[in-house]
Amino acid sequence: MRNVDISRLNEMYLDILKELGNIGAGNAITALSTMIGKKVDMQVPKVKILDFQEVSDIFGSADTIIVGIYFDLDGDVNGNILFALDIKSAASLIWSLMGLEVKEEFDELEKSALEEIGNIMAGSYVASLSTLTSLNMKISPPAISIDMAGAILSVPAIKYGEISDKILFIETQFIEGEKLIKGDFFLIPDINSFDLILKALGVEVNGK
Amino acid sequence: MENKIYRVGMADAKVTQSPGILTTIGLGSCVGIVLYDPITKISGLVHIMLPYSNKISDNSNKLKFADTGIQVLIEEMVKLGANPKRLISKIAGGAQMFSSKINSDIMNIGERNAVATKEVLGKLGIPVVAEDIGGNYGRTIEFYSEDGRLLVKTIGYGIKYI
Repeated sequence: MRNVDISRLNEMYLDILKELGNIGAGNAITALSTMIGKKVDMQVPKVKILDFQEVSDIFGSADTIIVGIYFDLDGDVNGNILFALDIKSAASLIWSLMGLEVKEEFDELEKSALEEIGNIMAGSYVASLSTLTSLNMKISPPAISIDMAGAILSVPAIKYGEISDKILFIETQFIEGEKLIKGDFFLIPDINSFDLILKALGVEVNGK
Repeated sequence: MENKIYRVGMADAKVTQSPGILTTIGLGSCVGIVLYDPITKISGLVHIMLPYSNKISDNSNKLKFADTGIQVLIEEMVKLGANPKRLISKIAGGAQMFSSKINSDIMNIGERNAVATKEVLGKLGIPVVAEDIGGNYGRTIEFYSEDGRLLVKTIGYGIKYI
């Protein structure tokens, strides 16, 4: 098995991944804006590379409750996508979409609304990557989990764990009305797909 | 004497002696493995992410895997004075965080981690005296080296000692 060392990806790869994240997230947010029928302002996404130890704390603490919406990715590129949101952001999205105030817990209707929001955002994210790379990619139906950040983020961490000791994700922040919504996209291509994406973009993978 | 709390992250391990407390917060598909020598009360906790190190090309991080993680933990505990023949274990985690609709490898990784953990412990002759494994929810665990209790906390699935 070949090994893509994420920690040693050079600046150029990072720029490309950042740009992919930018375009993907831009499309995702345009889709969201269309869905809720309101203008959404997006800030420039940040590409983050963290150790396993740090990743469970990106929402403050490993026991912070967050929402995770998870997809399988298949086609030319195989892998997974996780869209993670803090509870406040998820509640804001529900409010924007349905005009419902989330009480203490998300009920089934609200959960499926979140799955649908995730579905549309991840779908347009992937569609833009697919156009950019001319690689065929499609996502599975969404699966949702509302639980401790550490537990949800263990899923992408394990996936990355098979190829690296680091984890890469794209943090997006957008503002709808007066509400700041923060969401993190984890695009986790399988080992072979990682190279394929870079190659499709004309990047030579040097070294191993 | 103050009870010191040691936090163990992903692919991480800590050892302590009574009355130290070992904790890992938000275990998902990973498995938290506690080893305990009931006589010396020397305790260790390792938070593994993947089953076997020989399945992965980059396996330099020993604490990431069940097989090598348990090995390292035992070595560290023996250094503190634990007797490897006396060790018992308690394990928790191995959840499937995202259920049903999707059918992929990662879906079973929790289960595979739990199975590998038990195989490795079995081969070493270390009995698993308590476990809280599986489900589709996260767990926070705290191990009290003073009396060997393991606290398991969840969101919506209760709190218990095992």
